[in-house]
Amino acid sequence: MSNIQQINRRDFVKLFGLASTGIILGCNISSDKKDFIPQTEGTFAPNLFVQIQKDGTITLIASRSEMGQGIRTSLASAIADELEADWKYITVQQATGDSKYGNQNTDGSRSVRTILEPMRKMGASAKMMLIAAAAKKWNIAEADCKAENHHIINIKTDAKIFFGDLVNVAAKEEIPAESKLQLKKVEDFKYIGKNLKSVDLKDFTHGTANYGIDVRIPNMKFAAIARCPVTFGTVKSFDAADAKSISGVEKVIQLDRMIPPTGAFFGALGGVAVVANNTWSAFQGKLNLNIEWNYGENESFNTEEFTKKITKRVHEKGKLIPGSTGDVNSAFNESKNIVEATYKVPFLVHAPMEVPNATAWFRGDKIEVWAPLQDPQTARAELAHFFEVDIENITVNVTFIGGGFGRKSKSDFVVEAVALSKKINAPVQVVWTREDDIKHSFYHATSVQYLKGSLDGKGNVSGWLQRVAVPSITSSFKPLSDYASGFELGQGFTNNPYNLDNFRLENVKAEANLRIGWLRSVVHIHSGFGNNSFVDELAFAAKKDPVEFHLNLIGKDRIIQGKSEYPYDSKRMKNVLKKTAENANWGKKLPENHGIGIAIHYSFYSYVATAVEVSVRDGKVKVENIWTTIDCGLVLNKDNVKNQLEGAAIFGMSIALYGKVTTKDGAVEQNNFFDYQMTRMKDTPKINIDIIDDMSKKPTGVGEPGVPPMAPAICNAIFNATGKRYRSLPLIDEGLLV
Amino acid sequence: MNKILSINGKLYTIDIADDTPILWAIRDFVGLTGTKFGCGVSQCGACSILIDGVLTKSCSMPFSYAVGKEITTIEGTSENLEFLREAWNDGNVPQCGYCQSGQLIAATSLLDKVENPTDKDIDNAMSGNICRCGTYSRIRKAIHRAVELKNQSI
Ligand code: FES
Ligand code: FES
Repeated sequence: MSNIQQINRRDFVKLFGLASTGIILGCNISSDKKDFIPQTEGTFAPNLFVQIQKDGTITLIASRSEMGQGIRTSLASAIADELEADWKYITVQQATGDSKYGNQNTDGSRSVRTILEPMRKMGASAKMMLIAAAAKKWNIAEADCKAENHHIINIKTDAKIFFGDLVNVAAKEEIPAESKLQLKKVEDFKYIGKNLKSVDLKDFTHGTANYGIDVRIPNMKFAAIARCPVTFGTVKSFDAADAKSISGVEKVIQLDRMIPPTGAFFGALGGVAVVANNTWSAFQGKLNLNIEWNYGENESFNTEEFTKKITKRVHEKGKLIPGSTGDVNSAFNESKNIVEATYKVPFLVHAPMEVPNATAWFRGDKIEVWAPLQDPQTARAELAHFFEVDIENITVNVTFIGGGFGRKSKSDFVVEAVALSKKINAPVQVVWTREDDIKHSFYHATSVQYLKGSLDGKGNVSGWLQRVAVPSITSSFKPLSDYASGFELGQGFTNNPYNLDNFRLENVKAEANLRIGWLRSVVHIHSGFGNNSFVDELAFAAKKDPVEFHLNLIGKDRIIQGKSEYPYDSKRMKNVLKKTAENANWGKKLPENHGIGIAIHYSFYSYVATAVEVSVRDGKVKVENIWTTIDCGLVLNKDNVKNQLEGAAIFGMSIALYGKVTTKDGAVEQNNFFDYQMTRMKDTPKINIDIIDDMSKKPTGVGEPGVPPMAPAICNAIFNATGKRYRSLPLIDEGLLV
Repeated sequence: MNKILSINGKLYTIDIADDTPILWAIRDFVGLTGTKFGCGVSQCGACSILIDGVLTKSCSMPFSYAVGKEITTIEGTSENLEFLREAWNDGNVPQCGYCQSGQLIAATSLLDKVENPTDKDIDNAMSGNICRCGTYSRIRKAIHRAVELKNQSI
């Protein structure tokens, strides 16, 4: 690993092409510039992602961050499959943040989608070099050799050579041209599409996986930071005497807010840092600081008033959004059956089990950090900007991530740690308390939607008007972004899965007074909730079965190409819906007090349908069963996809039942898991996951698409059980007990 | 002031203030980082350890309480913990893995008390441990599986 870091970046730009476009073009593996790949005696390293040792051990480099989505295992399986490696020899190492690995940003459920093929090529390329080496040893044609189970086989004689024994010769082979690589056929896959266990199981069950918070370097300090309760407030003055009296506390230091240049990065909030010789003392010191704040302009921000304000706005005309079609007004005029509804989602916070934290060592012209980061390259660029250190001299080590969900794609906590290390001239680990995490996040935005729909004489939807007010993520990059942006509306609003002749979408002003970010499935949480709740209301008004009604609304088979290489295919949408209905035995007689609900959603190019069965007794709701079907094209690791969808069900339940962040006078009111609750074992229903296995299709998103249908399916099920419609989340706030 | 802690059968001498929670004594002074911080207020179970066999949230118990007692952390071992590990492996339970130290310790404590727990027992014993990744159904299955493995081994 240290070898790899020493390679001059410009050479890699030549070798791999710089992945500045955001997609991993970086994996251009055919090059005669093999000299730039570190070669150690006794190791065969045909490319940046594969290293084979004499004992046969293969170390694969994972360029995307592991945060529970199983990516290390998935990427390794793709390389190993093409390489014909034996799984038991595989170990996985995490890449540092460096453009030589291509784009490493781990978000948007796109890792497998964008780098599966390049990774397979890495494996295939290594295999070809091993074959060439064996052919030379045997003095036969390469065509007479094949790779199988960690050996190269002489097809004619059945003689075989172990991979490890070819290392020295293979290292001298030319890297084959990309055009010469032959990838395996789907039916020959050995690992891809199968159930593979995590490569990290042993570490996970023995407490030896190193997360950011577990980083220990000699003479490091520990620090906690008090930040202004109101977003972007600043320190007026502080008294550190009480904090300094805590045993273990060494220093108290003010940190300035680091303001990001418009359109780039995220900066850091600033505040007062307490540096100690252990985490606990730093936490205690922080609690004992006496700080006076300048709260600034967000001091007046109260979520309750804000919700009222945007609720009022969605009942007035908004800005027409391109993509609207037909004429809803005439549809409404002609209809005798009009349905109107207003839906609300509160602010949410990620609250990954591992709090944000970073360990940094600023050494004048060099910076090294260790942190649980989803997007290490942006962190690196951000550090180069703020600390004016040459990017070549910044090393970003990516640790295991104890849950990310979007929070750890920001690098504010890394910037803080480096700023502090610079001030105290020592390595330091900044650890956020859970309260810090809940009160100073990049929140999932709140939203209010107004929907109005009409049914024609046959009970078909003839008009659909939707107004959306949601503070924009763009506001975190760019001031005065008061409307949802195009990329946000493209998450389930402009591209809902329905076939609507008269469709009008309006964008409604919603200012941001908290830092807004992305949380697992992002704007799809809003669109999924509004769309699916409303379709259920329309089905009821039309006196039709919700599944039938949905199928009808998805409409005839059609493919919408759009600009993307992943066209929307209505057949696949209907297919997952039918599968889910079948698995749930839709239409069966339910026990008393039980209800069933359905929801569908198209996100990250994957198709998902979820049915939920609930029971409601004495105002107490219990989710009894969940059935989810996903069509995510080619499946890399089935058991992992299943695990992700099970997790998404639990995550979606937390959103439906518990999640809510509110502010009063600009400050977040929630503190910790007792008032920001989430699904626990006692809430956990039976979860049935069905995966449409279509190896002929490109792989699409897995980590996020399971989340959006959950909340509406639950609310639809409660309506089915009780006749009462819940249009605001979370349900514990709506008089339901859990 | 130097104090002695016994963790997983080994003795550690550390210089530490008495009111420091055991969690931070273990993580920052002893240097065993398998026991995790999740909330600091007894809400999430990430910091679960056994003290003389009793399930304890180490974030909320002062270090002095553990002096003279035997601590078991995820770096340690016990008969039930080993069966659980195997079952966790069979069921490919973890996602991010962060909560799993605490989950395994809480499950060990459950099996130490109840030979063959029902789903209800599991609900009661395991609801103090949050898994934000949502691996609960796998944990439930794995606990049943551990009992199976144990019975098979007899
Ligand atoms: S850290 Fe101890 S219960 Fe959460
Ligand atoms: S596996 Fe991630 S929190 Fe449980």
